[in-house]
Amino acid sequence: MSSGERRPRWLREVVFVDGVRTPFGKAGPKGVYAETRADDLVVRVIRELLRRNPSLPADRVDEVAIAATTQVGDQGLTIGRTAALLAGLPKSVPGYAIDRMCAGAMTAVTTTASGIAFGAYDVAIAGGVEHMGRHPMGEGADPNPRFFSEKLVDGSALVMGSTAENLHDRFPHLTRERADAFALASQQKYAKAVANGQIGPELVTVSTRSAEQGWGLATVDEPPRPNTSLEGLATLKTPFRPHGNVTAGNAAGLNDGATGCILAAEEVALELGLDVGMRLVGYGFVGVEPEVMGVGPVPSTERALARTGLTIEDIGLFELNEAFAVQVLAFLDHFGIADDDPRVNPWGGAIAVGHPLASSGVRLMTQLSRQFAERPDVRYGLTAMCVGLGMGATVIWENPNWEGTE
Amino acid sequence: MSATFEDEVVTAAKVRYLRVPGLAGEIALITLDNGHDHTRPSTFGRGGLASLDAALDEIAAHTPAPAAIAVTGKPFVFAVGADLSGVPSITSAADAREIAETGHRVFRRLKDSTVPTFAFVNGAALGGGLELALHCHHRTIATTAVVAFPEAFLGLVPGWGGTQLLPNLIGIDPAVTVIVENALAQNKVTPGPKAAELGIADALFEPADFLERSLEWAVGVLNGDVAVSRPEVDRTAWDDAIARARAIVAGRTRNASPGALRTVDLLDLARDGVDGEAFTAGTAAEDDALADLLMSDELRASLYAFDLVTKRAKRPAGAPDRKLARKVTKVGVVGAGLMASQLALLFVRRLEVPVVLTDIDQARVDKGVAYVHGELDKLAVRGRLSADKLNRLKGLVTGALDKAAFADADLVIEAVFEEMSVKQQVFAEVEAVVSPECVLATNTSALSVSEMASKLEHPERVVGLHFFNPVAVLPLLEVVRAEQTDDAALATAFAVGKALRKSCVLVADAPAFVVNRLLTRFLGEVTAAVEQGTPIAAADRALDPLGLPMTPFELLTLVGPPVALHVAERMHEAFPDRFAVGEGLRRMVELGKSSVYSEPGVVNADLAGIDSGDSPLTEEQVRERAVEALAQEIRLMLDEGVVQAVQDIDLCMILGAGWPFWLGGISAYLDRAGVSEKVTGSRFLPKGVASLPA
Repeated sequence: MSSGERRPRWLREVVFVDGVRTPFGKAGPKGVYAETRADDLVVRVIRELLRRNPSLPADRVDEVAIAATTQVGDQGLTIGRTAALLAGLPKSVPGYAIDRMCAGAMTAVTTTASGIAFGAYDVAIAGGVEHMGRHPMGEGADPNPRFFSEKLVDGSALVMGSTAENLHDRFPHLTRERADAFALASQQKYAKAVANGQIGPELVTVSTRSAEQGWGLATVDEPPRPNTSLEGLATLKTPFRPHGNVTAGNAAGLNDGATGCILAAEEVALELGLDVGMRLVGYGFVGVEPEVMGVGPVPSTERALARTGLTIEDIGLFELNEAFAVQVLAFLDHFGIADDDPRVNPWGGAIAVGHPLASSGVRLMTQLSRQFAERPDVRYGLTAMCVGLGMGATVIWENPNWEGTE
Repeated sequence: MSATFEDEVVTAAKVRYLRVPGLAGEIALITLDNGHDHTRPSTFGRGGLASLDAALDEIAAHTPAPAAIAVTGKPFVFAVGADLSGVPSITSAADAREIAETGHRVFRRLKDSTVPTFAFVNGAALGGGLELALHCHHRTIATTAVVAFPEAFLGLVPGWGGTQLLPNLIGIDPAVTVIVENALAQNKVTPGPKAAELGIADALFEPADFLERSLEWAVGVLNGDVAVSRPEVDRTAWDDAIARARAIVAGRTRNASPGALRTVDLLDLARDGVDGEAFTAGTAAEDDALADLLMSDELRASLYAFDLVTKRAKRPAGAPDRKLARKVTKVGVVGAGLMASQLALLFVRRLEVPVVLTDIDQARVDKGVAYVHGELDKLAVRGRLSADKLNRLKGLVTGALDKAAFADADLVIEAVFEEMSVKQQVFAEVEAVVSPECVLATNTSALSVSEMASKLEHPERVVGLHFFNPVAVLPLLEVVRAEQTDDAALATAFAVGKALRKSCVLVADAPAFVVNRLLTRFLGEVTAAVEQGTPIAAADRALDPLGLPMTPFELLTLVGPPVALHVAERMHEAFPDRFAVGEGLRRMVELGKSSVYSEPGVVNADLAGIDSGDSPLTEEQVRERAVEALAQEIRLMLDEGVVQAVQDIDLCMILGAGWPFWLGGISAYLDRAGVSEKVTGSRFLPKGVASLPA
């Protein structure tokens, strides 16, 4: 640039190339990953992403962003960097750790995607991990006493189950019965998707160490309860409040797992011959009262729609994280969508498959991209989730397989 | 099945039935795990074999029958072979044969299995561990794994199928390399990628997802999607390869190790293949060999020696509490000659602290520093040092004329001319500039350390650190405690020795310490025999049946006649009745000859007449005289308290002189040949310690 004129700035389209995840496990000493490290789960995901996309040279990866809510021990030490090194990526590939609690992986995607659009990266790997068995929720947390002395948040704001109970208070017509019915449908839709082979191809096998039993191999999700019934759900205890509404049956469990995806500038994906699973349209993050964090996806979706010029009617598929059934119902209720609308979580959701906190965002995206491939009649899809301390996160995607309106 | 070995750490075979994507049936995966971390690798004793046998029973009874059986190890380790700690409990040939046969029977189940079998070699697979893997129909290996057959090195044979299976998998010549050549080259291991290249494994995967990729590969093999190709074994290669093996064994052991000889015999037998009857015959021959060797004194001596170098060498007997050691943050080296420069190189590489060389003129100092820098450059060229590390180490090595450069050193070692007055003066000059805690060390090979320290203000800081040439290679360090040496100085010396990655042995301040004293005595007997009229070549051959790494006169050349003469004179002063100074040796030094031979097998003409005495000895008489002298000298050293125990003498001879395992250093040989009892009235070690039990 010899003269004083400014270099022009332009944005690029960003595409979701491919996503994979480990099978999800139940947290705790009997879980399939009880003796498996969190970083090893991420390593397995990164290596499999590269193996499944052999036309992507490893040195073309410009960033590795990995989310974890608890960033200590095997989830600490800047896990994006450690996992990249452990996965055998060239040392020239940088990495970082990212945290927005449950929306960690989703934020890893929006942040690196923005970097791609801006021209700072060509290709990025984004994902998340949570080993809730090794890192119980809130491990090492030290909330500032001002939160309480100044009543900045209600005491219940830090207990996610209590925030879900609070949502039932705010929306009394969202009853436990509706929540249980939604939960049952989630289990059933998940089981059907597995039987149809719709869930499965995105899973990477993980060797699991057990000092007691010897090596095993995780190939399927551990949390689902295919024998769930409405009668059974009705008998479950409400651990967050006596005679409350939130149960282990209508909420996601405590889980271990990791996810990851490849993002690229569309022109780079074409250059390298990478598949295009989805095209990023836009996203929104919005804060809400921490006591009712579950309502977060409502304003974040409103914002994402407003910024992309779309309306809720334009969205043909919804992948909503089911932290709690009531929180998804609040979203559907707001947008006038039926509890059993077939566009919503067609392959079930976190109530069945599990919710290893910071990893879940990329699970939603991976499933949406696979649904896009099956549904050329759908143009837009939406992934959204609620976030602890009162936030919502929404990402809108376009289906590259869309065949047009006529 | 007999009871387990006493105290056997049993390697359990844990079975799980795995569903693997793409495969209709299940894979029965056996994990070998002894319940300890990788610092205690899994081994097979009676209990471990029984566990594997039971696991295979369980799998055979399992319904539905699995599509495959696979074996892998605990993290970082596959299995490292037979549990040698159990060998002392084998007290009869029948016992020994039973162990051999049991291993064969259990492992053969994997070979004969109608269900396809796989070994996933995730980490070290040595000896019996590798044999287990070789019995499987297919193998994968991790890039970080290593394989080896240490048996010939230990005086055994790879007798759980290894001698038969390996040559019939990869061909006889590479098998000779792995089983004989590598074993006898200080037990060299074969890394995973090389093992895959040789065909020991069919597929190579990185450790990050080794088990997942191995299982996926196995599914490919089972479904017929992955073809496993193995080259045809060339049966015409056998004669040449066996001849090569025999030459290696002769060169390395002088055919004195029965284990190495039997190993080659078994490899020869493997030419008949490993199908059905041929394998039965081959394994029966292995049973015979194991039964004989396990009940041999040579093997028991080897295991004793192995135990010394793996255990005693790491925990030196008599060393003071390591907490007393002072930190060494800078080292001074007095002298800049070849020995001093080699020491400086070793110190800077291992301690990575400033090292200052001094000498009497600038030219010598510059030459010394240049030598160290040059050696560091060579290491960098060979890829052993990174560019940054090279810069760092070169920057740490400096030279000075003034000993004031030692002022802040924590350790100063001298390697100046072997003359008491010179050394005393050097120490006095150093003491004038260093702190009272600075440890002063001498690399003398034969002078009295106590006398060297006697004129100092702080004699308690003086120790002997006796290295062996070549300093970078030989693992032994004799740490000499002088009369006034205190525990702190001694502990510092041991800490430094350990940091230098040497095996330290505590020795008293006795003339020539251990290795030089015994070698000088031994050499003195051989040269005396020559002067008596025994032909040089005959005398030089006389010790061959022991299988020492070199003949007496080869040793003389390695040590260097001037050094040998210096030590011999010093020993003669100390013990005139036992140590003579040979006329021939004097003449060699006068003439500047480094060898008694002008060319191999031809005695140097300048030494003509040296063996013109009139009472020549037979080779057997020379040998008898030399080993009897050793027994006498060792007994005297033990009586004098030169070392804590005879084990330390053996350790010194193994690590400092390269004397072989099958002699147990030397004491096991002197005991089993009856020499110690004949010369000193008793054995050095009770029966069963380095020999078969009574």
